[in-house]
Amino acid sequence: MIPAHFDYVAPASLDEALRALADGGEDAKPLAGGHSLLPLMKMRLAVPTLLVDLRRLEGLRGIERENGDWRIGPLTRHADLQRRADLGVVAQTAALIADQQVRNRGTIGGSLAHGDPASDLPAVLAATEGRVTIRDAGGGSRTVAAADLFQDYLTTAVGPGELITEVRIPALDGWGHAYEKFTRRAEDWAMVGVCALVKRAPDGSCEDVRVAFTNMASTPIRATAVEQALRGGPLDDAAIAAAAEHADEGTDPPADLNASADYKRHLARVLTRRALQRAAGS
Amino acid sequence: MSEVPVRLSVNGRTHEVDVEPRLLLVHLLRDRLGLTGTHVGCDTTSCGACTVHLDGESVKSCTVLAVQADGCEVTTIEGLADGDALHPVQEAFWEDHGLQCGFCTPGMIMRAVDLLAHDPDPTEEEIRRGLEGNLCRCTGYHNIVRAVKDAARHPHAGRIPAPGVSADGAGAGRELAQEGLGA
Repeated sequence: MIPAHFDYVAPASLDEALRALADGGEDAKPLAGGHSLLPLMKMRLAVPTLLVDLRRLEGLRGIERENGDWRIGPLTRHADLQRRADLGVVAQTAALIADQQVRNRGTIGGSLAHGDPASDLPAVLAATEGRVTIRDAGGGSRTVAAADLFQDYLTTAVGPGELITEVRIPALDGWGHAYEKFTRRAEDWAMVGVCALVKRAPDGSCEDVRVAFTNMASTPIRATAVEQALRGGPLDDAAIAAAAEHADEGTDPPADLNASADYKRHLARVLTRRALQRAAGS
Repeated sequence: MSEVPVRLSVNGRTHEVDVEPRLLLVHLLRDRLGLTGTHVGCDTTSCGACTVHLDGESVKSCTVLAVQADGCEVTTIEGLADGDALHPVQEAFWEDHGLQCGFCTPGMIMRAVDLLAHDPDPTEEEIRRGLEGNLCRCTGYHNIVRAVKDAARHPHAGRIPAPGVSADGAGAGRELAQEGLGA
């Protein structure tokens, strides 16, 4: 399978890249690792007229700690994230994305801007309440929270002519974490994925909790009913199991070849319990 | 749609080619440079038959544009052996019969070399996990895993061969191959 014809530029600076994207209009697409975009182009599901390759841009990759946040360059690859155990749930999740060859190319910025609800990192951004910085060719820059970034299936707040220039993920020191993912085959997208973050109070109870789903709606979504059931209460197996029964409330899982909507709801309950148990124990 | 000049090193040899932007790296390697050891299996980033090393790391060359490899070092299965001496991972696949039909073998070996470069002494579980992006249509995984385990005993099993043009500064003296003469 061969992509349709397109023009190609590989600008040397962010400003040039933004200008090229703006000039290219709605059919211009940025290219980072290409592991979401190129498969779509090969199947002619995406037919951009111009690719703006970001590979020559400096300063958009790397991982730094700044106060309570991890500051991550959007061109940082999944392989770079998975080898940084200090990133906690981000590293753990990155290690479960597809396979190593894909992780050697795919980037966090590409994954977040693409907004596939079956991708893993969007749910992590939602659970950690992270945010991204988006820039446009006119010099405009804005910060968008996870809750506002993912708008619909493959639709994010990153518009034509714009690029994510920074990803910020709260480090959540002292929180337990887990990402559970269920796939039919090893390298598949998640049928359902669950990111669970738990903060214990000094008395062992649940001070705070965050749960977010991969592939349970047209965007990553928070399991607010599960969070409400646990927050402020005990954090034992019985409480976790009871809370996990609320996992499918408010979800709208898309049925696909791998799983019916009902099966995904079942998976959400089971995986939420497992993820919370791991997060509470870690 | 104009062609784009690409300069890349393949198995230590520099190539300068003009390509359509939509040309995939695997097709540059196979159809233009004649390096047909890299196979096209699924063509959907699933099977790993097209795995090569790009700047020392395993990638699926059906999902990389040739233009993205500009300035990079590519190593294919043809670049592993040292003359007649097989690479330790090739040797182990030979010894353990880590293949049946052989179609997945080049990709399996390229992935295994990268796996051993990052994890020189993997457990069986780590090998199976590390090879999850490579499918064997014959389901011959048992001997493949055994071969990687045996290869790990060799001190240089994870060696990334073909020191590159830019990595060691030796590029200036290297022969510059034009398209079509490179194979």
